[in-house]
Amino acid sequence: MAGGIWLKLANLDRRWIYFVIGVVTFIPILFYIEVEVNITPEVESVYHRVDSLAPGTVIMVPMEFSPSTMAELEPMARAVLRHCFSRDLRVLSTALQIDGIILIEKVLRESAVEYGKKYGEDYVFLGYKPDAQSVILSMGENFRNSFPRDYYGDYLDDLPMMNGISNYSNMACIVNINATSGVDYWINYANGRYGAELALGVTAVIATDYYTFLQSNQIFGLMGGLKGAAEYERLIGRPKDIANRSMTSVSVAHVFIILFIIIGNVAYFVNRRKGQG
Amino acid sequence: MEAMTLGSMLWMTVAAFLTLCIFSFLYKDNPFYTFAEHLIVGISAGYWISILYHTSLTVLWIEPLVDSFKAFGNAEGSVAGKIGMLIVNIAPGAIGLLMLSRFFKKISWISRWPIAYYLGISAGAALPLFMQSFVIRQVAANMIDPTAVVNTMGSDLTILYHYGNSTLMFWQGLGQIIIVLGSICGLAYFYFSAEHKGILGGAAKIGIWILMIGFGATFGYTVMARVSLLIGRFNFLIEWVSALGNYFGA
Amino acid sequence: MRREVPLTIVFVCGAFMAFQYFVPHHVSATVYQYALNWTIIIGIFTLVVGIGSLINVHYDRISKRKPTWRYSIVTLAALAFMATVGVLSPNAITDTQGLFLKMYFFVLSPVQATMFALLAFFIASAAYRAFRAKTVLATLLLLSAVIVMLGRVPIGETLTGWLPEGLRFSDISKYILDYPNTAAKRAIYIGVGLGIAGTSLKIILGIERTWLGGGK
Repeated sequence: MAGGIWLKLANLDRRWIYFVIGVVTFIPILFYIEVEVNITPEVESVYHRVDSLAPGTVIMVPMEFSPSTMAELEPMARAVLRHCFSRDLRVLSTALQIDGIILIEKVLRESAVEYGKKYGEDYVFLGYKPDAQSVILSMGENFRNSFPRDYYGDYLDDLPMMNGISNYSNMACIVNINATSGVDYWINYANGRYGAELALGVTAVIATDYYTFLQSNQIFGLMGGLKGAAEYERLIGRPKDIANRSMTSVSVAHVFIILFIIIGNVAYFVNRRKGQG
Repeated sequence: MEAMTLGSMLWMTVAAFLTLCIFSFLYKDNPFYTFAEHLIVGISAGYWISILYHTSLTVLWIEPLVDSFKAFGNAEGSVAGKIGMLIVNIAPGAIGLLMLSRFFKKISWISRWPIAYYLGISAGAALPLFMQSFVIRQVAANMIDPTAVVNTMGSDLTILYHYGNSTLMFWQGLGQIIIVLGSICGLAYFYFSAEHKGILGGAAKIGIWILMIGFGATFGYTVMARVSLLIGRFNFLIEWVSALGNYFGA
Repeated sequence: MRREVPLTIVFVCGAFMAFQYFVPHHVSATVYQYALNWTIIIGIFTLVVGIGSLINVHYDRISKRKPTWRYSIVTLAALAFMATVGVLSPNAITDTQGLFLKMYFFVLSPVQATMFALLAFFIASAAYRAFRAKTVLATLLLLSAVIVMLGRVPIGETLTGWLPEGLRFSDISKYILDYPNTAAKRAIYIGVGLGIAGTSLKIILGIERTWLGGGK
């Protein structure tokens, strides 16, 4: 009988697994429980760097995410932008991922409106150009070379904020929020060639890859996935924003996935011992 | 929450319908999923055309080209200079248009020219910079001061022995050694020009252990990433139901 | 001619870009800037080729009545509609009440997001069916994954918060990320860097010619 159960479990229709994952992820969203989110040094260093900048300093926050990764990076982008605007920093942004431009423009505009910021004076959005590699290299010489106009069609020289701003050397630092492999271009070109101080906010899928650049001081901070977003929200004093509210659901889903792994392994070994694997 | 208009409610319902069409794939492949899949391919392509037109083609090529032609109507500047600028502005578009020869079998070989240009520029830019950032800077970060690390670890052990407390510096020092030796052993694992025997074999074995720990960490993070995306869609569906309730309840 | 000219182009452009990095002269910088601008413009046409290929594939399916040909009509109709709405409207990308942005936010965005959200289910299913601790290495990977999964979310702190500092899931997962994971990724990135440098050199010198495709 016991062997029968383990055999059934080993051959379980995957749709039952989908059903359980769907339910355990959905229910905690409905019943919000505040949880403690520990802050990691790599996220804290981004926060402190931005926090240390004097009001009026220009910071670059290029964003490259799309609807497929917005669940992780939109909360992170909003948290970083809110921090920048609350500190009266001036923000320059680009969106070098074609599927995400409209979304990124909306995030930037809404965050600016929350703090009463004026376009052209407090923030500028350059928009999109193809071939991120060439654009990142080109911006190191002069933003106007690849972006003669901003996203809305205005010449950069007509925007008060862009007065005296020509390339990365005029940026206090760059906080790149990126879901693509273009992160490597920011490290190699913006930091490698032009020496720009760089921090990364990336999806959790690729976050582990960039710890090595953190250790080598090629980047000064790293925010990974929804957890990184939740940490930054806490640091800016917004512990009830979307990333923090999602942490319970993430926790429960993780526990169930670990349970699935354990059950799957036990079923496998039991059946193998009985010669039924 | 501000009052929901009929238009907004209908658009949200379209979005929710398409979301559920995609989720229906979890049960089994079906016409709703296939419809949504093909719809998004077409919408995405149309979106790219529009974005490229508005943000790039007109601003970077058409406008400078028109300005170059208009310059001939001005008295300022030399003719040679104006011709030079015209050539400089025509050339990238002309090279790009050569790419379209791929659609015609007889002249598709012409598309090799813009590809050659693109590849040459990309490869040339990448060569020194990837070496610098991915190799030299990474190797430089491995150059730790071994005496400083050993002293730190020794101090921590001394404190532990005398006072029973640990500052955990021992583990940080050990971590530095793990980074140096682990990365060397990981590289040994990927070195296939010699047989993995003896010292190289031993190093490769340690290397694969380190790599497995790294991949495990990546898998753990990947699970969080995927679950986050699902939470995003559930949040949207809850928002939609709430919007419906507001609209019909209002 | 058909192969020699592109190989010459790739050599000249590649060698220039590689050496330009070491030459700060203003002429070099000016040519460099124009080269990058040209690459961006050519990038536009590369995307056009991609879209053209897509139209070709779906038109072929419709004309030859291949399976799912009716869905290809949906694709081409959607492409034509979105492109027309987007290109003909001068404020398409900025008019928040316009049809183009509505299509983006309520059609493109939810479908793209949901397609990737499916991965959560697939990763759970894959973890259940395929993640087996059959060998020591697989067990090591599994343990590392479990520790990081629990250590990076609040539940890890709840389960092991009572343990002394350094022994909690969050501390161990941080240690794994900061040290062994860094070592592993460093080895990979050094290999990638050497590989990219080697491949770039081979392309520039014409040793690597697969990009030329078949034919004369």
